[in-house]
Amino acid sequence: MSTAKPTSVADKAAAESSEQYLTFMLAGEEYGVDILRVQEIKGWDKVTRIPHTPDYVLGVINLRGAVVPILDLRRRFGLETIAFGPTTVVIVVRVMSGRDERTVGVVVDAVSEVYNVDAADTKPPPDVCGTVDTVFVKALVTIEEKMLILLDIDRLIGNSIADELAPGAAVA
Amino acid sequence: MTVDLEMAEIAKVFFQESREGLDVMESGLLSLGATADSENINTIFRAAHSIKGGSATFGFAEVAGFTHGVETLLDEMRNGVRPVTAEAIQTLLQACDCLREMIAATEAEQPLDQVRIASLNGDIKHILGEANEAPAPASVPAPAAANEAAVTGAASEPSGWHVRFEPVADLLRLRNEPTRMFAELRRLGAMVAHADASRLPPLDALDPESCYLSWSIDLTGQIPRGKLDEIFDWVDSGCRLEFTPTGGPAPAAPAPGAKASAQPQAAAIDGWSAATKAASPTEAKAAAPADADRSAPAGAPVQKASGDSGSIRVATEKVDNIINLVGELLITQSMLSSFADGIDPNDLDRLRQGLSQLARNTRELQESVMQIRMLPISFAFNRFPRIVHDLSRKLAKKVELKLSGEGTELDKTVLEKISDPLVHLVRNALDHGLETPERRVAAGKHETGTLELAAFHEGGNIIIEVRDDGAGLNKAKILQKARERALVAPDQELTDEQIDNLIFMPGFSTAEQISDVSGRGVGMDVVRRNINDLGGHVQISSKEGLGSTIRIRLPLTLAILDGQLVRVGKEIYVISLLAIVETIQVARERVNTLVGRTEVFRLRDEYLPVVKLCDQFGVEPDSRSAEDGLLVVLEADGKRVGVLVDDLLAQQQVVIKSLESNFKSVAGIAGATILGDGTVALIIDAPGLISSAAKQGVGAVAAHAA
Repeated sequence: MSTAKPTSVADKAAAESSEQYLTFMLAGEEYGVDILRVQEIKGWDKVTRIPHTPDYVLGVINLRGAVVPILDLRRRFGLETIAFGPTTVVIVVRVMSGRDERTVGVVVDAVSEVYNVDAADTKPPPDVCGTVDTVFVKALVTIEEKMLILLDIDRLIGNSIADELAPGAAVA
Repeated sequence: MTVDLEMAEIAKVFFQESREGLDVMESGLLSLGATADSENINTIFRAAHSIKGGSATFGFAEVAGFTHGVETLLDEMRNGVRPVTAEAIQTLLQACDCLREMIAATEAEQPLDQVRIASLNGDIKHILGEANEAPAPASVPAPAAANEAAVTGAASEPSGWHVRFEPVADLLRLRNEPTRMFAELRRLGAMVAHADASRLPPLDALDPESCYLSWSIDLTGQIPRGKLDEIFDWVDSGCRLEFTPTGGPAPAAPAPGAKASAQPQAAAIDGWSAATKAASPTEAKAAAPADADRSAPAGAPVQKASGDSGSIRVATEKVDNIINLVGELLITQSMLSSFADGIDPNDLDRLRQGLSQLARNTRELQESVMQIRMLPISFAFNRFPRIVHDLSRKLAKKVELKLSGEGTELDKTVLEKISDPLVHLVRNALDHGLETPERRVAAGKHETGTLELAAFHEGGNIIIEVRDDGAGLNKAKILQKARERALVAPDQELTDEQIDNLIFMPGFSTAEQISDVSGRGVGMDVVRRNINDLGGHVQISSKEGLGSTIRIRLPLTLAILDGQLVRVGKEIYVISLLAIVETIQVARERVNTLVGRTEVFRLRDEYLPVVKLCDQFGVEPDSRSAEDGLLVVLEADGKRVGVLVDDLLAQQQVVIKSLESNFKSVAGIAGATILGDGTVALIIDAPGLISSAAKQGVGAVAAHAA
């Protein structure tokens, strides 16, 4: 549960011009996040619920003295929820929200691989989908005949918090 | 080079100490206006002297030179030669400012403001020049003074001491200053000192921070041994120090001798400082003795000023780090305690004993660590005498500043952030609040206005009040202004209190003329925002013609809270003990419903709205009916509510963790903390809960009525 599998693309020279992505599974789809944003991967543990928050905010945990919110990505994307199982993990990422860096955990079905992705191979997401969720997709890339969805986590998570920030701040 | 680095470190300490010294000088000078007591002048003088000595040591000749003039003036005041006039005090205050800038410029390695230095130097010289017309014993050069003392010494019953002083090489590094000791000695009686420079190494082998000189000193006069011990008792024990009494009547010869040999002594002293800074013993011998003489009658205290307060300088970051670690330690300790419940009973007793000791130690450690962060509010108040002094001159108003409760302690972070808002408030009170002497007299008041700054504890909070007995707020004008700026609807009726508090709105200023003191309308809203950011609250109350009172309420600390743990269903929340009035078991007949919805509880002769935490926070409780739970009565902002919880758990100090740092603020939640089992518990924001409960209650009733 501690770290992802070693990189499957062994071409180190190519790594120079490419970025590494940690991929994870969510309802049968494979998503990737910039590995430099990933702080750690930990098992699912009990959270403390927070009132007056959207349902995808599961609560907060104690991460070595810091209070870190945990978001459920399935709920965030409006996917069907499943019971957390043995492969369920929390990927702890650092995101930019406004000017501040925040540490946030996201619950995903399972971690998958670490891939080197060459920027030249990425395709922009098709804008025909029309759903809100696609704005969080940075790019699509095909690796080993699979489609990877590369996420813009600043938008995805930063906004998830910031969207709520304005009314929350007004109350405070 | 390490020596350079070390010097830079020491220089940094010097800069800090100089600033503190300047603060001391400033506050001394300001109180000097009222009473010219010699102890006060002495304090100011000592501060100036330390700055001079330090700057000379570090080779900041300009700072040293400038301070020298200041010091000379102070010395004359101290000796009663120079009367303490308002002009002199003003000049000295300006000199303090100038010195502060010089020190800042020196530290930043920027060029100095030569014009200002020269003009102030001229002012000081001017004052000194006047003084020199009068007989001035203090400015008599030291050799002559020594001569005089020797003569009187010889005339009375003579006896004396021969002192052999061979300091360790580290003397200067240990922050001792031989010149000061000699100055002290000279005050005891006629002194003849011979410096022994035989230990001086060749120039290339000379360490400028070491002391190579030793001295043999002849003292004439009736001097008790204790006095000598007192002067030398802070010298490191590694020094060789001998006192030999030279009993019997002193020969008449030393009198002229004293004059002759005092000069080599002066040269020796100067030689020491020159050797320190220029590393050139030959140059030292050539140095003019007069300079050393003027600095010599220092009468400096044996201890450095900085040592007196018994304080240490610690970076806040480091303290915060310790606080975090202690928090972790507490968590580990409770983890161990819960672990101990489930192991082999044979070892259990010893383990439990150890754990309870650990618990006590951690708690004590935490308490003392938290105490480090607490500082007296005088740190913020101390700048006001100067501000008020300067502003009242500028505005031609007469003001008496009264400070009270300076010893009230509050968290360093709170203290730092409250300083600027307080300055704004004080400036405003002086500029807008207090009237000119003529107007005051016309209004039948004493021509001197009073401005009071008071700090005190109330409940778990610190209250800071800024009171003036000035004109008060002009409610009509404020309301008119507010309507002009569309801050208030034309037909809106406001209470007096609401009108007063309009001044905290952004972009509001009623000053007819914008002065450079205040009046741009950026002050008060910033003040309020800063205070709110600290979890505090600011309010103004004012009576026209009688003055205004601004009341700031602040939390004691931002880092820790005495909490009551409560349980609702499976969730645990923390409520600040300070907000809890009492906790009661609810009797069914005391709970009534209002308009069929809002429940109220009769507590003695008062009806309290009942807030169900389970409903507020959407938690499944053990039971929804009031009599199965406990009612925690909370009070904030003068309002009370009963909060229904399932159970009361332990009371404990909790370390407040921000929810915002990784998430956002949540209504009704003040923050989070980490409990003994490592889980997160939310801290309930009592005032927020009460006000939102009040709104909801009203809403529910209104909705029902509609």
